[in-house]
Amino acid sequence: MKKKQKKVLIRIIIAAVLMIALRIAYVFLGENPLDENGLPIRSFVIKEPFWFIVYMVPYGIIGYDILKKAFKGIIKGQVFDENFLMAVATIGAIVVALIQKNGDYTEAIAVMLFYQIGELFQSIAVGKSRKNISNLMDIRPDYANIEENGELTQVDPSEVTVGTVIVVQPGEKIPIDGIVTEGISSLNTVALTGESLPRDVQAGDEVISGSINLSSVIKIRTTKDFGESTVSKILELVENASSRKSKSEEFISKFARIYTPAVCYSALALAILPALVQILVFRQPLSVWPTWIYRALTFLVISCPCALVISIPLSFFAGIGGAGKEGILIKGSNYLETLSKVKTVVFDKTGTLTKGVFEVTGVHHNRIENEKLLEYAAFAECASSHPISKSLKNAYGKPVNRDRVSDIEEISGEGILATVDGVKVAIGNHKLMHRLNVPHIDCHCVGTILHMALDGEYAGHIVISDVEKESSKEAILKLKSAGVRKTVMLTGDAAKVAEGVAASLGVDEVISDLLPAGKVGEVERIINDKTYDGKLAFVGDGINDAPVLTRADIGIAMGAMGSDAAIEAADVVLMDDDPLKISKAIRISRKCLRIVYENIAFALVVKFACLILGALGIANMWLAIFADVGVMIIAVLNAIRALKVNKL
Amino acid sequence: MKKQYEIEVDCANCANKMEEATKKTEGIASATVNFMTQKMIVEFAEGADEKAVMKNVLKNCKKVEDDCEIYF
Repeated sequence: MKKKQKKVLIRIIIAAVLMIALRIAYVFLGENPLDENGLPIRSFVIKEPFWFIVYMVPYGIIGYDILKKAFKGIIKGQVFDENFLMAVATIGAIVVALIQKNGDYTEAIAVMLFYQIGELFQSIAVGKSRKNISNLMDIRPDYANIEENGELTQVDPSEVTVGTVIVVQPGEKIPIDGIVTEGISSLNTVALTGESLPRDVQAGDEVISGSINLSSVIKIRTTKDFGESTVSKILELVENASSRKSKSEEFISKFARIYTPAVCYSALALAILPALVQILVFRQPLSVWPTWIYRALTFLVISCPCALVISIPLSFFAGIGGAGKEGILIKGSNYLETLSKVKTVVFDKTGTLTKGVFEVTGVHHNRIENEKLLEYAAFAECASSHPISKSLKNAYGKPVNRDRVSDIEEISGEGILATVDGVKVAIGNHKLMHRLNVPHIDCHCVGTILHMALDGEYAGHIVISDVEKESSKEAILKLKSAGVRKTVMLTGDAAKVAEGVAASLGVDEVISDLLPAGKVGEVERIINDKTYDGKLAFVGDGINDAPVLTRADIGIAMGAMGSDAAIEAADVVLMDDDPLKISKAIRISRKCLRIVYENIAFALVVKFACLILGALGIANMWLAIFADVGVMIIAVLNAIRALKVNKL
Repeated sequence: MKKQYEIEVDCANCANKMEEATKKTEGIASATVNFMTQKMIVEFAEGADEKAVMKNVLKNCKKVEDDCEIYF
């Protein structure tokens, strides 16, 4: 608890004890009820203004700062703030008690007391959850280690230039993005990706800042400035996230601006009009007036919009924080709101639903061993930098000695001819086989087919294809069960490949052979063609996806694989590239929005009910303050629920 | 020109009021006050003198919410 909060707590306790003591004392020393004979039972009572004066002590203790603020407010022309309302309501209640001569000043003190309790609770709860959420995102590294003359010195990460070698010891955070130059270790990336399995790294691997080094010392050559590193980017996103306000939040600020003055004017009307009618029209005595004033004061107590104003932003903040814990970065409350209304999800294929890495998925009809065939293929393709030759080299898995290869000839659009260990190797598509007059066997598989001929004789074919992510199929299913009506896959690939992937994943619609510019057009067409309400989300990762991410109602980018441009353009970033997180993000947003609506409805219903009951004289000031503080506490507790997202 | 300042404010409604007051200050193009992170993001109008504008912002904020603080 902060110093300020402690001080308020002490004031609350003192005022409460004094108030109860005075109340008891008043019953024995101030009241003088009559016995059955109509005679006063006590011979000695303490009379006014003694009680008024002593009651003002706890009132002053609990309310002096509010009275002071109210007074300052009036001077500065700020009439409708809650301090002013509380001051008017309590002073009014004391005046009414004075006029009615019932010695009941407890009510004014109690209203002040509960108001302060509410404020204290709010400040503690909000402070706590703020801390919780910032702890979740506690990935900011404080220093970087640089080795100088065999000694480690700690420097500010922002002073480290690109290309410097930094040392990260076990238990430390990696401060800047870079490449491992020395050492083998495993990294905990849970704060960045939500992925709890440690990642093993060795020399040559890229590492991102914010991950924690677990097992042993590694040296890293930095590839970026601190400001450009992953960790700085993420922190910037998160810190700016709640500045983009959602419609619900805007509604509440507007509502608060109207609500308080409206209730105050109604209170004024309630204090004057009914009493005037009773006195002038029905000729009732002037003594009915205080009752109406009291009812009007009850109005003022209910007029503070605190419950709404505090709980709605808190819900969004907690929702964004909870999502961040799961590796889903949402760039603003408004996006959280849009996300909850998503009914159509459009995917880019490569890198989103598939790994975006081409792998050898099969070797068919070969006359020699698989390994031998792959070896010939890898050697023949050794000079090419095409992704396909890369995947062949990966499948071969051993270093390629170029001395064994000669006479490399590339036939554009067909393939490669080369001599490997004296064997004439031809590798390419069916056109190449036709050119060489080698009969070949077609393949039924989806992917790129590489036919091979050794010394002019057909030797089988190798299938290379982009592999689906393990969780893609489940991700589509989960989206359906989360209420998404339609899933669409866009790709630049050929129809045969695209339809194969779509069928195995269960995507509703597939649009293939698209140029990058065509994707925007397709997304626009889908938005216009929709026959149902709801927003469209686009999930992508490449630079060419950036315009589509911007055009869609909400853009979701793959963070680990994704290009910086895509992350920049997107509204939601999935840190671990797992498509399953899309449905999770939608569920988180729905839960958060449900809590927001619950709070709005709950607070409004209770407040209006109290206003009506107060106007009719059924609810007194006690009930009003209980309702006000109670609603606020319940709404805040409900809002904090938005932080719990791990079971969604 | 966008800048971010640490602030201190006790209640969410007060933060709303500060935002309104800041927006009305001369030399400010737009402003958001974030109660949750206790931060204020201000976009200055072109050619505005930051220090002088922020002084006025603080003055206007104090007018609506006596307890607030802006660190600039």
